Amino acid sequence: MINSKGMVAQLLGQDPGWVIALKGLLIFIFCVVLTIMAVWGERRIVARMQMRLGPNRVGIFGIIQGLADGVKLALKEDLIPKTADKIVFIIAPIISATTCFMAFAVIPLTGEVSFFGHKTVMQLTDLPVGVLYVLAIASVGVYGIVLAGWSSGSTYPLLGGLRSSAQVISYEVAMALSLVAVFIYAGSMSTSDIVVAQDRWWYAVILFPSFAIYCISMVGETNRAPFDLAEAEGELVGGFHTEYSSLKFALFFLAEYINILAVSSLATTLFLGGYRAFPGLGFTETWLGGWFTLFWFFAKVLIFFFVFVWLRGTLPRLRYDQFMQFGWKTLIPVSLAWILIVSTLRVMSDQGAPQYLIFGFAFAVVLIYLVISNYSDNAKAKLATDYKNFTPENPEFPIPISNRTEQVIQIRDEAKK
Amino acid sequence: MTKNFEDHDSNNLIPRNDEFGLSKAEQDSKFIADQAPAPLLKQLLGFWVTFKSMFKKVNTVQYPEVKEPTAPRFHGRHQLNRHPDGLEKCIGCELCAWACPADAIYVEGADNKPNENYSPGERYGKVYQINYLRCIFCGLCIEACPTRALTMTNEYELADDQRGKLIFEKEDLLAPLRNGMVKPPHPMYPNTTDENYYRGEVTSAHPSQGTVNND
Repeated sequence: MINSKGMVAQLLGQDPGWVIALKGLLIFIFCVVLTIMAVWGERRIVARMQMRLGPNRVGIFGIIQGLADGVKLALKEDLIPKTADKIVFIIAPIISATTCFMAFAVIPLTGEVSFFGHKTVMQLTDLPVGVLYVLAIASVGVYGIVLAGWSSGSTYPLLGGLRSSAQVISYEVAMALSLVAVFIYAGSMSTSDIVVAQDRWWYAVILFPSFAIYCISMVGETNRAPFDLAEAEGELVGGFHTEYSSLKFALFFLAEYINILAVSSLATTLFLGGYRAFPGLGFTETWLGGWFTLFWFFAKVLIFFFVFVWLRGTLPRLRYDQFMQFGWKTLIPVSLAWILIVSTLRVMSDQGAPQYLIFGFAFAVVLIYLVISNYSDNAKAKLATDYKNFTPENPEFPIPISNRTEQVIQIRDEAKK
Repeated sequence: MTKNFEDHDSNNLIPRNDEFGLSKAEQDSKFIADQAPAPLLKQLLGFWVTFKSMFKKVNTVQYPEVKEPTAPRFHGRHQLNRHPDGLEKCIGCELCAWACPADAIYVEGADNKPNENYSPGERYGKVYQINYLRCIFCGLCIEACPTRALTMTNEYELADDQRGKLIFEKEDLLAPLRNGMVKPPHPMYPNTTDENYYRGEVTSAHPSQGTVNND
């Protein structure tokens, strides 16, 4: 059993070359197969939510639909627009598709297992700054999208690429900030150490605000509905991948799904105790020589994936300004305030502050929150009453007379009756 | 018949938008700023809606295996009908072709030879083609047909892999010979004119017209 920090790094240090190579290959296969299944799963689930059946023709329950789609994409004609910057146009999907795999290198998939007689964990490598590495890789992945949008030499992809860069930058800030609380509590940035630190309580419970912020920003980070403004098929045709076809498009498709799995895996690792069993089922962790932990990891990732699909089936796409406003004016300030609170509490308990002081601090925080929310509610109420008392017939400032004004007058008059 | 029609008070009909709650939505079409946002929990109810509908009965019809009947008046493939003795109703007048807004019908008429009629009367449709790549299934040709020769069936599976195959010839469109019909060309029913045919007075073939189809 892994029960102390740094043990995983030690175990991984003893891996011979062939084990590392085999693990890399397995992780790659795992990602690709999971993507193929995810495409099918998503379409089936969304279809159910819309009272359809979804793909059910290829194989049992249409299970190899993803594979069929992949083959179809690969056999399609590969077009490169005349105005495209050829080299960048080709490099962009490659950047997207390669970086998304790299995040999985530091994700611990299992606890201690026997891998062909060799004692190890299913994790390619363990970095002391593993989570930062994942964040960095995710940011590099955005280059793929931005460059694709820019190099297509076309308007919609450019808009999509710009949106995507703005989006990922703003949501990555919130995402990284939400992880700070985890680092403070775990005392480490290594993924395996964070899992070890969650042996009693999952961070999703004790750091719930962080968890919520991470969950929201990870949807923004992966360009998924309702934050799929970069693709926005309703307004930008396909966004950054409008001009892409055949295998290059398939690479973007692959990257999108692997990114979803990567952020879900990270969320599982940081907040849901990674490969550890659900509470009360800890005895299952030793089943199958420890391999059963892979099942728990999978289960948690798939729950996240289901939520991704569920969001897509439920929510309409956000308007761009509202989306940015939400990121910068809500998520980031809330994360900052939360970090302040968490770090203060942490320092207090580390320095052995008396219990009443800690409770007093928590009480003060709640009080401040109530005061602020009261103020914002009052401001909103004032705005609403101002709006109600607004008389378009006799405004305080000149307004252009338009159909809209007449409509407002009409609606108001009807309401008065 | 007409009385029933007048009795049918329009007030008894439910307007469609009532059915779908649109009129209700129109009633609360207040200015958007006047409407307070729903509380968070109420907003989250939307997730329950999608989750719940995952377990509802799906509306999908497994089409090639399961075929649902069309509406009785569905506009499908055309059919050229026959009189009860097997003569074709089409007289080659080309009114259908003239009525066609998509220019999908081509008709060439020809004169019936004495005692070798294809249709009662002087003329019959020698060539009759409908191009289903052009046809928009509006049914104006059916309205134009003076002898009720052209009608539409409920058949809708009209896909093919070659353009040529979708131009239907007369033999593709003609109604099959039923029992008791005689394959044209053959003489008309003894002592009748085309008018007797149109009045529906010819109800079966006469032995003098030829051997009857008995499949």
